[in-house]
Amino acid sequence: MASIEQTERNRAAGFVAPALIWVLAFFVLPFAVMIGMSFARLEGRTIVHGLFSDNYVRFFSEPSLFKGLTVSLEITLIVTVISVLLAYPLAWIIAMRVPARYQRLALMLAVLPFWTSYVVRSYAWLLVLGQNGVINKALMGLGVIAEPLAIASTRTATVIGFVHFFVMLLTLTIYANLIQLSPNYARAAADLGASAFATFRHIILPLTLPGVVTGAFLTFVLCIGDYITPQILGGNSELTLPQLIMLQLGRRGDFPMASALSIVLMAVVTLAYLACARWLKLDRV
Amino acid sequence: MNRLTSTALVSTLTMLGGLSAASAEEINALVWCDHSDPALIEPFEKATGIKVNLKEYEGTAAGLAILDQSQPGDWDVMVIDAVDVGRAVDQGLLAELPADKLATADFFPETVMAANNTRDGKTYAVTEKFGYNTVAFNKSKVDPADMEDMATLTSGKYDGRIAIYDYYLPVLGELSMAAGVPTAEMTPASLDALKPSLMALRKASKSVSDVVASQTALATGEVDILVGGGEWLTAVLHAENPDLDWTIPKQGAVRWAQSLAVLAGSKKQDDALKFINYVTSPEGQARLATSSCYWGMPANKKAGDVLTTEQKAVLRWDQQADYLAKTQLYPVPDAALDKQMQDMWTEMLQN
Repeated sequence: MASIEQTERNRAAGFVAPALIWVLAFFVLPFAVMIGMSFARLEGRTIVHGLFSDNYVRFFSEPSLFKGLTVSLEITLIVTVISVLLAYPLAWIIAMRVPARYQRLALMLAVLPFWTSYVVRSYAWLLVLGQNGVINKALMGLGVIAEPLAIASTRTATVIGFVHFFVMLLTLTIYANLIQLSPNYARAAADLGASAFATFRHIILPLTLPGVVTGAFLTFVLCIGDYITPQILGGNSELTLPQLIMLQLGRRGDFPMASALSIVLMAVVTLAYLACARWLKLDRV
Repeated sequence: MNRLTSTALVSTLTMLGGLSAASAEEINALVWCDHSDPALIEPFEKATGIKVNLKEYEGTAAGLAILDQSQPGDWDVMVIDAVDVGRAVDQGLLAELPADKLATADFFPETVMAANNTRDGKTYAVTEKFGYNTVAFNKSKVDPADMEDMATLTSGKYDGRIAIYDYYLPVLGELSMAAGVPTAEMTPASLDALKPSLMALRKASKSVSDVVASQTALATGEVDILVGGGEWLTAVLHAENPDLDWTIPKQGAVRWAQSLAVLAGSKKQDDALKFINYVTSPEGQARLATSSCYWGMPANKKAGDVLTTEQKAVLRWDQQADYLAKTQLYPVPDAALDKQMQDMWTEMLQN
């Protein structure tokens, strides 16, 4: 009996081992190296290893560095809120109003922009939002504005670029949640005299909240760690944390400072996870 | 390129290749994006049989960091800012080059840059391309006469129509020259004094952008002026928009120069030297000067025999004597001054 249990245990360990080795080799070990590097210091052009807190002290004391975090958080929160507000109705229409046989087509159309390169899409937005871009030309043609709006190379451009991407992602996660809901819930609520709004407020929304939170969390994580969109669309009008990290690596060769900033970024993501862990149901995505 | 020059190119490359054409040699090169143009690399590979594996990098600090993380022998050739060659020599990274086998006798005298490329009589690198970080603009949108004075940029006349090239060394160098301090004499105190003019420039500008974003901004009319721009930026757009122009203001401008070197740890120094000889030959120089990533003046003046009249006009071939006299090399800050410069630049970006 004992030997059967032992065999089972060995077999289970055998199944788990590859994943465990993978995580150790490609997450735990690099993460440990990064933590160690964040406590090193750049002296002149040489990295001195040790337990120095300089990088963290500098991050919290230098306004130009700390502002990277506040800018990142502000942009990420704005993007997440706008994306949820746009994606929920879109997902709801696809799940509830579009006939089942057309839903696949509707979803394909919704994710169509995913088919183009992320970088190309960002540069395309730069052209669309420019002084002589489609938006300004259309508004001026309609007589809405007399002078072109300065949208490109601003935070607004960064937010638009992000929202365009994340609305698609959120639509998929929220749709996956909505489609699992039995229509009987709404019918039962209607039988009991609930209005459409009350049904949504008290039945549909709470049941789809895990999908919304999961999508919002993914949006938060991907948005706060993104370098390309603010770099291309933001015109360096302000720097996000990933841009500051790239600056340390590409310009200064300051790996310790880049590591410290990366740890701060990971800490923020961890806090965000803990804040919404209660509602996170990744299996629903 | 006419048939004669094509024949000359093939002959040169065949000579350079020699017997190695039949072998499957490879060299690894750390380069800037202008070397990634197949029009530059493929003729060498075909003629010599030496495959050139390219890795692009930006900024000397990043290049040195890559070398720091590599094993000796991983890299054979490196493109490096001419003003930073000494730094690489100090670290023992570069191999001595046989001066008698380099084409420097055919170079513009100012581009030999012996003070930068040699140390104690030994040559460690050879200049391959140069140009200017100055003021580029759209002459159909701004008054070219205004561009002759840096002070106009912060006068309010062009507020919101200016982009700044996102590289601290040339822009701070330009501002330093405008303040009357030569780039080679910049100090922590003189740098501090530049802060108001840097912030004023930032206030007048719409964006601070890299090469591609700068080109896009000028080409689409998003901005009309690029501080730090020059022929390297407008030349590739010239056919599309001949109104994109550049000038060197009365305060002068910063001259960039890139050098090519063989790494000390290279186990293929002969092949690496063949590559250097190709790139610095008139044919290689003409191809490098008109690379699809960015254009720039070739260090070897014999490239003028290969370049077309139109290409030379875009490069302002005939005005080079005047330009070389009006410009200064990039600042070469020590580690402390470099940090101070980058901190000021980051502060400017965040304001």
